[in-house]
Amino acid sequence: MRTAAHRIDRGTDMNAATAGGPAGPVRPGTGTLRRVKSVAGTRPWVAAAFLLPALVLLGALVVYPIGFSVYRSLFDASGTGFVGLDNYGELFTDERIRIALKNNVIWVVVAPTVATALGLIFAVLTERVRWGTAFKLVVFMPMAISMLAAGIIFRLVYDQDPERGVANAVWVSVHDTFAEPAPYPGAKPRPNAGLTASGGAYTTKQPVRAGDPANLPLVAVQPGDLGEARPATAARPEPGQVTGTVWLDFTRGGGGTPNIIDRSEKGLPGLTVEAVKDGRTVASATTGPDGRFALPAAADGALLRLPASNFAAAYNGVNWLGPALVTPSIIGAYIWMWAGFAMVLIAAGLAGVPRELLEAARVDGANEWQVFRRVTVPLLAPVLVVVLVTLMINVLKIFDLVYIIAPGSSLKDANVLALQLFQSSFGTDVDQGLGSAIAVFLLLLVLPVMYVNLRRLRKERSR
Amino acid sequence: MGTSRTRHTTARTATPGSTTGSTTGGTAAARTRATATARAALALAAAGALTLTACSGNGGDGGKSEGSGKESGGTSVQLPKLSGEKIQVAAVWTGPERASFLKVLDEFEKRTGATVSYVPTGDDMAGFIGSKVAGGGPPDIAFPPQVGVLREFARKGWLKPLGPAAKEQLAKNFSPGWRNLGAYNGTEYGVYYKASNKSLVWYNTKAFENAGVAEPKDWAEFLKTAQTIADSGVQPVSVGGADGWTLTDWFENVYLSQAGPEKYDLLAQHKIKWTDPSVTKALTALAQLYGRPGLLTGGNSGALQTQFPTSVTQTFSGGDQPKAAMVSAGDFAATNIAQTKAKVGEDAKVFPFPAVGSRSPVVTGGDAAVALKDTKGAQALLTFLASTDAAKIWAQAGGYISPNKELDKAAYANDTMREIATALIKAGDDFRFDMSDQAPASFGGKPGQGEWKDLQDFLKNPKDIAGTQKKLEQDAAKAYGS
Repeated sequence: MRTAAHRIDRGTDMNAATAGGPAGPVRPGTGTLRRVKSVAGTRPWVAAAFLLPALVLLGALVVYPIGFSVYRSLFDASGTGFVGLDNYGELFTDERIRIALKNNVIWVVVAPTVATALGLIFAVLTERVRWGTAFKLVVFMPMAISMLAAGIIFRLVYDQDPERGVANAVWVSVHDTFAEPAPYPGAKPRPNAGLTASGGAYTTKQPVRAGDPANLPLVAVQPGDLGEARPATAARPEPGQVTGTVWLDFTRGGGGTPNIIDRSEKGLPGLTVEAVKDGRTVASATTGPDGRFALPAAADGALLRLPASNFAAAYNGVNWLGPALVTPSIIGAYIWMWAGFAMVLIAAGLAGVPRELLEAARVDGANEWQVFRRVTVPLLAPVLVVVLVTLMINVLKIFDLVYIIAPGSSLKDANVLALQLFQSSFGTDVDQGLGSAIAVFLLLLVLPVMYVNLRRLRKERSR
Repeated sequence: MGTSRTRHTTARTATPGSTTGSTTGGTAAARTRATATARAALALAAAGALTLTACSGNGGDGGKSEGSGKESGGTSVQLPKLSGEKIQVAAVWTGPERASFLKVLDEFEKRTGATVSYVPTGDDMAGFIGSKVAGGGPPDIAFPPQVGVLREFARKGWLKPLGPAAKEQLAKNFSPGWRNLGAYNGTEYGVYYKASNKSLVWYNTKAFENAGVAEPKDWAEFLKTAQTIADSGVQPVSVGGADGWTLTDWFENVYLSQAGPEKYDLLAQHKIKWTDPSVTKALTALAQLYGRPGLLTGGNSGALQTQFPTSVTQTFSGGDQPKAAMVSAGDFAATNIAQTKAKVGEDAKVFPFPAVGSRSPVVTGGDAAVALKDTKGAQALLTFLASTDAAKIWAQAGGYISPNKELDKAAYANDTMREIATALIKAGDDFRFDMSDQAPASFGGKPGQGEWKDLQDFLKNPKDIAGTQKKLEQDAAKAYGS
């Protein structure tokens, strides 16, 4: 507020002295001009001459392009056939543009809010930390990176492979800390091996008998899971026990006989084998280093089951850039960049908050939360609005991050209006009429925000 | 269009492409003396020698003497002096491909004195060039990687026709099939500098050995091989589904082999619909691969997140336990393999795409150089790119095959590339060009839409064949405007 007032003063001074500097024409309101004229005694044509350069520039660079976009949006792809409002009709029927519109709404609601909230938290907290400036510097640092570079960085961060993408590396290691990974993910029996699949588990078709060893062959075991497995040995018949072998029925280099334990084939240690009677588990055992297991006599006549927990696919983390999460992921990258911006502006505003008010509140017995909620935030409200509105305008035209981060397979789900505008307008086989319509539509979306901004400025000035 | 420029190039470069031995050598000598520099004279001598060998020998030993002629420091093409000229080149190549191409540009700079800058355009060449043209500052030379894009550029009048020198090189070094691909309405615009044979499957020999399988010949065998490798514990087929074009290549190979070249051409021109039964058959065959659990590396959703370079490197890294065993990719995959420890020809071998119908398909692609500005430098670079000299540099660097039929096969870095290149040249004009590359860009050439996106959806849900066809037809109808 102080700065605005200051500008006006300086502006008036300059007007008085030089009849309108470059600051003159920027400010709307002919009333001011008339008053200036009466004070300085300037003739209208002098004022016009001084205004001319600015008007020409504005006209050529802002007004004309807008006008031409509106005009162009009423024509077809070739630019010769008048189609009226058809392009705008297509805007709301084309599926891709509808998705883009929906995503833009999500962006405008979520990104500025979260970035401002984070900025507020950082600003308030760093104000009290000794190393606050250093911290602020670090948070602000991403702002120094171009959107393009940030996009490339985050494409790597969100990589699906935990070996490359840091997001999934963290996620998978946290997950695996709480859930033991299965010993043989993806392993399964051959189709004709006498085992039936049910919900990831495999059960024998025939009941087993004590003294008659059961052989359970599996394939598709990943070589890395074998570890120190020893060559499989056929189980000996033991009276009063159900014995058997679970082994990898695949000879390296081929040549083995299916369902027979060949010489170099390995046993699968650490597998759980259950004996099931009428759907109830009556006994269970774990295979030894050479793949053998032994179940008590109770298992006689039961079906053998290899439960699904043996084979659950390795946890591969979150599909950050898949269709469902791609927009939130990119918003995350945006917030990483812009929270620092919000923080710096809010910190500046915070420096201007009178300490006495906070002290007074504390003396009155308010706790820190109440001071923050009832005193700091209301005092900061103007700054918060500035930050929010700036970010909103910024977010409406978001393009680069989406263009770079989203992989082709989920580009459609990450689409935003500015990106669609680019795709519709440039390249071969494009429709600049439709592109112009999107541009005009974007302009319409920005206008209310601009209006709020202008009104707020004017209110401040009149104070 | 500077008439002065045209005159100039004709005068300068009439030498190399000459077809009639000694007389042309004489006139050329006279001209060179006019601009006399020792280097040009040397170049001329070699050019003369080359012309002679080209005339004398259609036989085997002709190639040999040609090679030895070049080794003695000669060149097969003569270029004008372009000191101080600045040329901007835009192409899609990045990483090792970019490095190899820069070597070619370096040689051009050395010979002409021009300064050439290279701009990578990203996947969306059409969008990149479109925005540059709209802004009035297109690069001098671009390499549209799709023939459809080349034709659209030509239709919009963005392209400048080839100059006489470039045409001469083209006539000497390229078969009519390739020359037609670079032409639009009878005017020659493009020099196919780089070709690719996309009907290949690269495989990890170690994984094949471990599973005890051999190279499959047809589709049924291919699926069986894949299943056996899956049983051995390796998810066999690596698909780079994050890039849509890899999926269109899969489809095209299956379709060309199964439905035959005539239907292929009809579909490419959208004269039959995508709802045609032949498409159903091809997608059904593909679904046998995409739809069976355990055959795709990383599963279907994993494949959709895998970009092409990763799909190759993951097949050939990991030593005894690779993540994948096979990847269907063009010859250019060799460049990516070079980034792993695997050696092409030993650890990484290649077999022709299995025959789904009666014969194995030969689908090709290629990057054509086109001029967007009518400058002396641009024409000189096109001339150079049409010559065997330029082809030789990248061939030696590897990961490249040239449609240039005069290129000495000894230039290729290894036997595998040599085989692939020989097969391509041998196919003569029987090859078929990549179908999606012939389509309008909004159907066959842009990420996140059209055929790319529809096939990605198909990879996600291989059961929905009818739905995929419907979507393809819908998008095609919109893009072809019919």
